[in-house]
Amino acid sequence: MASSEHLSKQYDSDLDALRSRVLQMGGLVEAQILTAVEGFSTGKRELFDQVIDTEPRVNGYEVSIDTDCSHIIVRRQPAATDLRMIMAISKTVTDLERIGDEAEKIARMSKQIHERDRLQPQRFGEIRHVGNIAVQMLRQALDAFARMDATQAAQVVREDVTIDDEFRAIVRQLVTFMMEDPRTISSALEILWIAKAIERIGDHAKNMAENVIYIVKGTDVRHTRYEDLEREAKS
Amino acid sequence: MTEPRIPAAPEVQLSIRGLSFYYGNYQALKNITMDVYKARVTAFIGPSGCGKSTLLRALNRMYALYPEQRAEGKLLLDGKNLLDSDIDLNDLRARIGMVFQKPTPFPMSIYENIAFGVRLHESLTRAQMDDRVEWALRKAALWDEAKDKLSQSGMSLSGGQQQRLCIARGIAVHPEILLLDEPTSALDPISTAKIEELIHDLKQEFTIVIVTHNMQQAARVSDYTAYMYLGEVIEFGDTDDLFIAPKNKQTEDYITGRFG
Repeated sequence: MASSEHLSKQYDSDLDALRSRVLQMGGLVEAQILTAVEGFSTGKRELFDQVIDTEPRVNGYEVSIDTDCSHIIVRRQPAATDLRMIMAISKTVTDLERIGDEAEKIARMSKQIHERDRLQPQRFGEIRHVGNIAVQMLRQALDAFARMDATQAAQVVREDVTIDDEFRAIVRQLVTFMMEDPRTISSALEILWIAKAIERIGDHAKNMAENVIYIVKGTDVRHTRYEDLEREAKS
Repeated sequence: MTEPRIPAAPEVQLSIRGLSFYYGNYQALKNITMDVYKARVTAFIGPSGCGKSTLLRALNRMYALYPEQRAEGKLLLDGKNLLDSDIDLNDLRARIGMVFQKPTPFPMSIYENIAFGVRLHESLTRAQMDDRVEWALRKAALWDEAKDKLSQSGMSLSGGQQQRLCIARGIAVHPEILLLDEPTSALDPISTAKIEELIHDLKQEFTIVIVTHNMQQAARVSDYTAYMYLGEVIEFGDTDDLFIAPKNKQTEDYITGRFG
């Protein structure tokens, strides 16, 4: 982030306000995932409702932050870092909103599994495990955004590989379950959807981290090899 | 832009090499080296007093009228140094034309405003001159508005039309380079948009160098931008790159409005 301030104090405070609203939205979404995964493990009904009820607030953040971005573009014609930040924020809120959708999906699926009560989800510690990695990634991505830390952002991108590996392991395990006992198929499929949702959360956190690298370094690192991305982030 | 841009390697039109400029004892330009590319628009931006207008005026030796002003270094056009003493200034200014901040039509008819300069360099028949005047006015997007009043005074036109008349006058002698010194700073937004559109059309045939206080204008019209500060070119590069991800902290501060 450029250290000195703008000639216009109002511009500075508009940008600061925008950044903090992204972080608030991030905090809300982070709580959604934690609650959804907790709900999957415990089956507490109020947790599912909590996740589902939060969804409209997340959507509201997305729309209003995007509107603020448009206002800043039209009033200030941002350039350089400022321009990159506005562009990145607009994309980041889309990712955050999608993460919120995935959390809601996890909550709905978990609710169904618990209501039918056929497969013991408690045996599925992996979901909690991979869910924690996803939350960790999101937290780190938000942290990297708050501090404009490209190196930390690069770590988030690397972490995504771990989630993808965990997801494949869960798929293999579920396939085994389904072959052993076909009565578990419908629940196993629901768990599969939950795992997939968590895997997608990792992808969105990765996108957010790539946006941070774009803001800080000015290089678009999407669809590049990890080695190149890391070199860019540390340059 | 739906596809990634593949920048065509531009051809150098004018090479500025180690150019320094002095107003008496004051050094306004410090050892500037950069290239101006052919059939492209190059913009000079920077805060007041950074030397951008001085640099523009040095390119066709506008300063030659003032004995206390002098330039050192090289301005290479077709391998010839324009700062050499054997350069004919009238020829030079026909090759490198200039349009100023305030429209400066001559106090004569629209037709004569254009024909006047052409006669200094070429002897054309009446019919050829008519064609040249029409060509220049068409190029300057003024023909439709001016064709029925060619014998009226150039001063009778609006500010924006006067500026386009000056551009028509500038290009009528077929220059290689056109220098624009804040050409729209005295114009309203519509006239400004017309001049900007014109700059876009003109660069097919002419190399254009523009000085502007308006950063958004530089971003809109130019292919290359040079950011200047205290008589030096701090950063010079592709306009999109410079405005999206400048390499220099000073450039960044200036274009983001952090310049204090």
